[in-house]
Amino acid sequence: MSVIFALSSAGGRAAVAVIRLSGAGALEAAARIAGDLPPARRLGLRRLRRLNGDVLDEALVVSFPGAASATGEDLAEFHVHGSRAVVAALLEDLGALPGCRMAEAGEFSRRAFRNGKRDLAALEGLADLIEAETEGQRRQALRQMQGRLGDEVVGWRASLLDVQAELEAELDFSDEGDVATDLAGVRARLGRLVAALDGALEGTSAAERVREGFRVVIAGPPNAGKSTLLNALAGRDVAIVTATPGTTRDVLDVELDIGGRRVILSDTAGLRDAGDDIEAEGIRRARLRIEDADLVLWLDELNPVPDAPPGALPVRTKVDRFGADPSADGIVISCVTGLGLEALLADVGERAALSLDAGVDALVVRRRHRDAIREARVDLGRGLSVQMPELIAESCRRARLALGRIVGADDPEAVLGVVFGRFCIGK
Amino acid sequence: MKQTWDVIVIGGGHAGCEAAAAAARFGAATLLLTQKAGTIGAMSCNPAIGGLGKGHLVREIDALDGLMARVADEAGIQFRVLNRRKGPAVRGPRAQMDRKRYAAAMRTALDATRHLAIAEGEAAAFEVSQGWILGVRLADGRAFRCGAVVVATGTFLRGMIHIGAERVPAGRVGDAPANELSAFFEAHGFELGRLKTGTPPRLDGRTVDFVGLERQEGDCEPEPFSILTDRIVNPQVACHITRTTPEGHAVVRANLARSALYGGAISGRGPRYCPSIEDKIVRFADRDSHQIFLEPEGLDDPTIYPNGVSTSLPVDAQEAFIRTCPGLENVRIIRPGYAIEYDYLDPRGLSASLETRAVAGLFLAGQVNGTTGYEEAAAQGLVAGLNAARRAAGLEGVVFDRSEAYLGVMIDDLTLRGVTEPYRMFTSRAEFRLSLRADNADARLTARGGELGLIGSERMARHLRRAGAHKAISEQLGDLSLTPNQAAREGLALNQDGVRRTAFQLLSYPSVSFDDLCRVWPQLAATPAWLQDRIESDAKYAVYLDRQGADLEAYRADEGLTLAHIDYAALPGLSRELQQKLTAARPGSLARASRIEGMTPAALTLLAAHARRARPAA
Repeated sequence: MSVIFALSSAGGRAAVAVIRLSGAGALEAAARIAGDLPPARRLGLRRLRRLNGDVLDEALVVSFPGAASATGEDLAEFHVHGSRAVVAALLEDLGALPGCRMAEAGEFSRRAFRNGKRDLAALEGLADLIEAETEGQRRQALRQMQGRLGDEVVGWRASLLDVQAELEAELDFSDEGDVATDLAGVRARLGRLVAALDGALEGTSAAERVREGFRVVIAGPPNAGKSTLLNALAGRDVAIVTATPGTTRDVLDVELDIGGRRVILSDTAGLRDAGDDIEAEGIRRARLRIEDADLVLWLDELNPVPDAPPGALPVRTKVDRFGADPSADGIVISCVTGLGLEALLADVGERAALSLDAGVDALVVRRRHRDAIREARVDLGRGLSVQMPELIAESCRRARLALGRIVGADDPEAVLGVVFGRFCIGK
Repeated sequence: MKQTWDVIVIGGGHAGCEAAAAAARFGAATLLLTQKAGTIGAMSCNPAIGGLGKGHLVREIDALDGLMARVADEAGIQFRVLNRRKGPAVRGPRAQMDRKRYAAAMRTALDATRHLAIAEGEAAAFEVSQGWILGVRLADGRAFRCGAVVVATGTFLRGMIHIGAERVPAGRVGDAPANELSAFFEAHGFELGRLKTGTPPRLDGRTVDFVGLERQEGDCEPEPFSILTDRIVNPQVACHITRTTPEGHAVVRANLARSALYGGAISGRGPRYCPSIEDKIVRFADRDSHQIFLEPEGLDDPTIYPNGVSTSLPVDAQEAFIRTCPGLENVRIIRPGYAIEYDYLDPRGLSASLETRAVAGLFLAGQVNGTTGYEEAAAQGLVAGLNAARRAAGLEGVVFDRSEAYLGVMIDDLTLRGVTEPYRMFTSRAEFRLSLRADNADARLTARGGELGLIGSERMARHLRRAGAHKAISEQLGDLSLTPNQAAREGLALNQDGVRRTAFQLLSYPSVSFDDLCRVWPQLAATPAWLQDRIESDAKYAVYLDRQGADLEAYRADEGLTLAHIDYAALPGLSRELQQKLTAARPGSLARASRIEGMTPAALTLLAAHARRARPAA
């Protein structure tokens, strides 16, 4: 049984994240990362290393040899620092170890049941799992699937089906149809598919670069009170605050912890026609940040707030000076009196939670996709290296199964359908 | 005649013969009931046994001590292993049969089977009480009591033959259909469907001009189906190949409206892999020629079976068409081709032991389950006969799974997915194809057959000898080894990496054959041919078999989780769609559930939580 692994702790930023491995070879895989394992069922501190030798984290490591473990198989856990970068790197390296792959939803439980390790807690856990699958995960997967990758996988699988049909016609009907398989043609098509999968694997690797935290950009016209808000939220004077428009010329970042999640707050130059080159550069950087932000707080002292870019959260400032209009929409604040700051923080925190926690799911989904594509790639590579048509067909079958994990399994009869449609079979 | 039997088998075709023999081998007092004892073992369609996928089934029947392989060896007049130039997993033994010798040899084999009696009569209804089968009532008023029944009525349920506009109720040409049983099944809530198949006209070989036609010879050394057969004794004959012509296609097109298939007279669905000549010409309109294999029906029978031109055209059009083919210009048609439509019972109403869910003790096998082919029928017959005998003895049904046999793949496909066209075995249906080979059927099944009480002493002795020899040669090839330098001196090109390789590892290279090994180690030359083939297959696939090992393990683990007696509609967390699919399919095990369309990982986990671990196999 292959080694499966997954992030077992909840999403979002937490002090500790737990990554669990199960299956024959789990202990070896864990040792590959941790150097060596502490005695069974004892926590030990280990320095985790990436496959390239770089230090990844200092973490607690524990192992539970098979039969007596929660899944009934060899089981290992890493308790790493709860940084998304650390988690992402560890998942990536585990996925690159031979025989290791990301677990499917519920797979740990399934193995536990299979090995007779049923208990009430696991049964209760199932409800959550089903909830997650029906709602969040499915939506997430759907969103991913509506993208380019989904189209591509469907296309790859269709080509594979075609190649497989060609091979199976030759294997199953050589004596009763006028079938002639062009093995060189089959190879050429498989070669093109391998190249396409390789291209996609490079692409997803870049797309997977984990963003650190939830990025909030404070923007707006000059002198709207952006730096004042940054200071008020940061609780200390990190930005120079003056009354001269155009004072903030570069982007200033402050890291906040809101509800256990990392939020990066950036103060930017006020957007206006620049007074000098330095300010112009500041404004250019501000615009870049705005494009890249998870959330833009658009500050203005006017009521209602004009000119907020689409998607930005309008915030009306300096209400101590200009007076609050209770009928106004959106958030109103005063950094002098502190009015509205709590509400603003709560709003930002809520948005960060939504984005980051969904982000963990998205990461997992993407990883699974990548694993599946890599697996298909390995299978097709094998198919290209063998001569016997039934072995090429076996490689294609396995690759098609792997891709099916992304876009859903297809009908096992599909190959025969293509064969009968294309070849005149039947003595 | 006894009035009470353990098992009654209805039908004397390929499924019925094998079912009766299996039940009797198990020790059940068995009655084979047939409309006409003279048609036992009749080959209603083509005079051949085996082929790709089908040859695997024949070997599996043999491995379980069934009759088909032995009988085919006695009646075969041209043996050929198909796909010989491809790998061992996709090779299929096939043989042309002498039709009369086949039926006679089958009858002899049945007569020689202890605990088995044969009677003529048409079954009309079953006695059923509280969901259990009690007996069989015949059309002539007689009645028998029994513990279990196997229905193997083939195409006889409301069979209707079509030749052009002509329609004749029949189970096979010249034989009356069985109409009363269909009514019984409908009354007991079975789902009935309609399928069709066809057969070509039979030709008088004395009116065929074979000169100039391509000859197709059998293998020089005929390879028997059965491990009990040492040598094929019949003289071997050749087949010939001719082709349809553009003129012939024009004849078919001009007469399409008169074809039963295209005139709209037939509603049932036919097989896509065995199209009529009408279908071939309509669907593949760009081709101006199709092959026809002229297969002899016997050593002392001039009948020729023109394989590839099944048709339901009217007789005059059949004749006009066939005479446009080279060599057949003056041919005489002995019997016209026809299409036959018949009832089948949705096999999703069966458990994997082939017992109906509606009536305990009632088993179905063969074409009545929506399959086609003698081999498919026989393999089901064997399983149904065994399980009927076990049922009569108060034992639980046994199931062969997808990882151990093609017959397991077939029954799993049938009972889980149902059919939309007559089901035929193909090697591509078996995901464990590389390990389910025709050459290792006895290694896969005979020991299990022995535990089930199906295997006679002669076969068991042979099997044990073969298993012992296989073990010995495996060990020997693991012990013999050489360095790349030594290999180079023997003419074997290897990586010069200094690593010693065993003989088995050498054999895994595509370029190294068993003969090469014999050159290096002359003591291996004494290895019998079948064993050379077997060990070479093991070696050539070794890497892939290792990889499949993990799949196999997961599959078996999920097969071990049984899903009996679960009320899917009451399981919280399952979507309504899955509830309905599971309720309809009653998958029986987690592995079967996982093959239901639309199944999600979370739902599988939920099912696993409710699954019971099967008792380990005895």
